[in-house]
Amino acid sequence: MADPMRIRAQASGDKAIVRVLMSHEMESGQRKDAAGKIVPAWFIQEITASHNGKVVMTSEWGPAVSKNPFLQFSVKGAKAGDKVSIKWVDNRGATRTDEATIS
Amino acid sequence: MRQALIPVALAMVLGASPVLAQKTASQGIDEYRAMLQDGNPADLFEAKGEDLWKQKRGPKNASLEACDLGQGPGVIKGVFVSLPKYFADTGKVQDLESRLLTCMQTLQGFDPQAIAKTSFGSGEMANVTAMATWVAAESKGMKFNLSQSHAQERVMYEVGKRLFFMRGGTHDFSCASCHGEEGKRIRLQDLPLLTKNPGDGIGFAAWPAYRVSNGQMWGMQQRLNDCYRQQRFPFPGFASDATVALSVYLGVNAQGAASIAPAIKR
Amino acid sequence: MFRRLTMQNRRQAIQHSAVVASLLSAAGWLPTAAQAAPNKAAFEAKTVQEAVKASGGANISESKDVTLTAPDIAENGAVVPLGVSTAMSGVKHLLILVEKNPSVLVAVFNVSDAVDANFATRSKMGQSSDVYAVAIMNDGRALFAKKEVKVTLGGCGG
Repeated sequence: MADPMRIRAQASGDKAIVRVLMSHEMESGQRKDAAGKIVPAWFIQEITASHNGKVVMTSEWGPAVSKNPFLQFSVKGAKAGDKVSIKWVDNRGATRTDEATIS
Repeated sequence: MRQALIPVALAMVLGASPVLAQKTASQGIDEYRAMLQDGNPADLFEAKGEDLWKQKRGPKNASLEACDLGQGPGVIKGVFVSLPKYFADTGKVQDLESRLLTCMQTLQGFDPQAIAKTSFGSGEMANVTAMATWVAAESKGMKFNLSQSHAQERVMYEVGKRLFFMRGGTHDFSCASCHGEEGKRIRLQDLPLLTKNPGDGIGFAAWPAYRVSNGQMWGMQQRLNDCYRQQRFPFPGFASDATVALSVYLGVNAQGAASIAPAIKR
Repeated sequence: MFRRLTMQNRRQAIQHSAVVASLLSAAGWLPTAAQAAPNKAAFEAKTVQEAVKASGGANISESKDVTLTAPDIAENGAVVPLGVSTAMSGVKHLLILVEKNPSVLVAVFNVSDAVDANFATRSKMGQSSDVYAVAIMNDGRALFAKKEVKVTLGGCGG
């Protein structure tokens, strides 16, 4: 299973700023290995963010997003103690979900 | 010193474009680095390192929680800025990564030679790096304060100094070739002068670091290894006396500098 | 879609959803479980215009109401911090694109009432290039801001 994400969610007024670091190669499919063969593309394709169980944001990514990707967004109507959950799915169908509490 | 080099940098990098002449390339790079500070992928390795420390692993199925990194078993906070130092149980001066190998051997039953031979970034070597990242993070912001009270610590300092100035390899480089003078630079990378304290978060005080160019987490051992590669020297052994001696030299010189490890680097 | 259907009865809600879904499906965007895979066409587009059109945007025009946050110069093209935001209401998607990348479309953020129209991530850039932040409005208009980001090689990683 993929390594866990690091999710930091900080309350700020009536919003929460969410910063996520995901552990993923994000292989672009452009690189060649030492033998000259293309290293196949392997990257996170879909992100789903939820606040207290309700989906608040989705995002689609291409292979250009950097390795060990970073994502930042702001959830409205959020307060300390609420739960934020992030799920990613990559182009191989692997998935990872992690949760954090807004501080 | 750096100001004189900026026109050269601009000309090289920007092809004498008039538009960006108002903001120097140097300032632009500083802004870029500042934008990356929040959200350092080193966090991922830190988290992994902390987990590994607490997990029962190895042939002895034990955790590393009893490991003594210099301030007693299991004490993590503050140890990073006091390493390398002399350890009575092994009778040698050790840096963080060699000490992790010692503990992985004595507490968990791992073979340190096998780990030392493993490539950076894979297998147990990657685990050592992750744990080093976490241990360093627990001293973030603290000032380096290496001991020189034990005779062996002083010897290692002198050995490190000799190694620092020793020229060799196909290009007759020494560490001092790049790090022995003020104001040197390779392309847009400033090369700190390491014969004295280069300042907070610079040089010894900036590793382990996450390198964005290759998405790798590097400990000080890998940093030294890569320096030797660039000098066209044979690779030093992982956690060898030579690398520890250099770390003592750099660490003692950095006395009083605040650690920013784990940092984020190009 | 994230619209609340409190004003409609259940049958109308289902009809509305079906119409909306088919419209979205035609445009290539259906951010629900029903979607098999993200909009491939948009991510395979080779130009900014193609990618925006494949994402359901039209009348592509520059706008001061869209903000792109990007450094002037990136020390390394592997990790370039890029942000897209707007204070406008009625935004459906926010896109980040790097014109000279083999994959021009970097990311699409689907805006809902529950989040600010303000997102940041980090992209690979193969070379110095114009970077675009595009807002696709509910009515299909595409508004953009752009900036040139220079990518250097840098030195030896100290």
